[in-house]
Amino acid sequence: MALIRDIAKACKSKNAGPFELTIDVVFDDLKLFERVRETGVICPALFARLYKVRLEDVQFTEYPAGRAFKATIPRLVASGDVGDTDVYGAQQHAPLLDVEIPI
Amino acid sequence: MQEYRLLSTSGLLGYGFPEESLNAGMARQPHMIGVDGGSTDPGPYYLGSGKCVNSRMAMKRDLKLMLRAARKQKIPLVIGSCGGAGGEPHLQTVVGIVREIAREDAMHFRLAVIHAEQDKGWIKKQLKSGKIKALRNVKELDDATIDRATRIVGMMGPEPFQRALDDGADVILAGRSSDPAPWAGCATRAQLPPAPSWYAGKMLECGATAALPKGHDCLLTSVDRDGVVLEAMNPIRLCTPFSVANHSLHENASPCFHIEPGGLLDTSDCVFEAVSERAVRVSGMRWTQQPYTVKLEGAELVGYRAITICGTRDPMLISTVDAFLGSVRENVSVKAAAFGVKPEAYKLVIRTYGANGVMSGWEPIQRTQSHELGFVVEVIAETQELANAVLAIARVQMLHVDFPNRLCKEGNMAFPYSPSDIETAPAYRFSVFHTVAIDDPCALFPIEHETV
Repeated sequence: MALIRDIAKACKSKNAGPFELTIDVVFDDLKLFERVRETGVICPALFARLYKVRLEDVQFTEYPAGRAFKATIPRLVASGDVGDTDVYGAQQHAPLLDVEIPI
Repeated sequence: MQEYRLLSTSGLLGYGFPEESLNAGMARQPHMIGVDGGSTDPGPYYLGSGKCVNSRMAMKRDLKLMLRAARKQKIPLVIGSCGGAGGEPHLQTVVGIVREIAREDAMHFRLAVIHAEQDKGWIKKQLKSGKIKALRNVKELDDATIDRATRIVGMMGPEPFQRALDDGADVILAGRSSDPAPWAGCATRAQLPPAPSWYAGKMLECGATAALPKGHDCLLTSVDRDGVVLEAMNPIRLCTPFSVANHSLHENASPCFHIEPGGLLDTSDCVFEAVSERAVRVSGMRWTQQPYTVKLEGAELVGYRAITICGTRDPMLISTVDAFLGSVRENVSVKAAAFGVKPEAYKLVIRTYGANGVMSGWEPIQRTQSHELGFVVEVIAETQELANAVLAIARVQMLHVDFPNRLCKEGNMAFPYSPSDIETAPAYRFSVFHTVAIDDPCALFPIEHETV
């Protein structure tokens, strides 16, 4: 068992335009990426649960060339609109850090 | 042409770059030099207000070095999304700086200025004829939203850049552009295929971000018929297959499918190979032509904002912070109503740093462990006077509202500043984020030529 924070090379979020947020989990080498992929833990349902969005609103990509998993979800509040807390969307990754990967 | 070399100085005009990196890049005899000028990333304020995202001083420094280099080697200097949002005031700020540098340095060249602001009447007509579509997670457009927008820009593709070069421009300053468009335009004009040309643009628009360590620095990209080779010009930065592949994740909804004006760039089957310790070759990208669409971006005024910043170190307050803030809100509404301001006339937002100030509705931790909490209290209203008046009341409530077991009876909050109440700039929101289907990729983007 390992936490994402202990095995990922990057775990980050950013705007993909003002109305969507994109989250990446990147691993160091292809072997580790494949081991993580086999567990099936990093999947659309994980992002739907952590970010309380509908499953059909998660655009999910497994990206072996970048040894990365990517999920893009609707923002709760558009970038910079009243009540937004994170104009760049750069600090929304934390819930992923403690996700356990059974490897 | 066998190979076309493009040099990008950084991720954004005004971010700065080492002069040595530019010199190293120019020594490689690039066919053009450019930099992306803009982004929606800093939020709606810049498009709405007409202000530039980077300072005039920083932009002038970058422009001066780039202009001198480009004129010395007689290659085009091409800049998209000038000034950040790429509207008319942003574009004119950059045009002003370029004219000033030309005067100071006694440089002469042909300048093309490409405009990107769009006429509201024309947009309404397109809306009526069904040519406008909302992008994901955006409401359908209507006439009232168009009317409320303070400014709407169209995002140009590569064609206006090509036309400006065909007309003899040495320097192109453009309003809002698709980030890769200036580069894709130059490379396809040199008869290179669209797939590697667009791919090159996607990398160049961020400067040396595709290298390790990433940074605001110069990137050289060579485009040939089958692919591109990327190399950072600063010896401390290396492009590796991994760093380049990873750059496709950056600010994109998908790392594989990139929708651009006039087509789709598909990078699913890209192959990344190291050609040296410093350079990477990428091949296998595909371009599929699609009906031509232009993205429209607009911002509207939300109101005027005033904020105050304060913090508490009181454990009893921290343990009942939600109820405390509830009392503050209630008192504000009563006191504001007493001087004639109803709750619907303003918005009161209280951000609690140390609890959920960063993630708000996405914060999974329900109970803070912090020994202190910071607050940013914000009021947005129709006028600055109104916002200031309600904020002043909110500040007093934060300081003096009672709560159970209160011992800090002289005041609940530490305020770091006098004055404690800060008028910020007017607040805007992105209100238009739609595409419009068009026939002529140049029609929306008039080009003006002048000899400087």
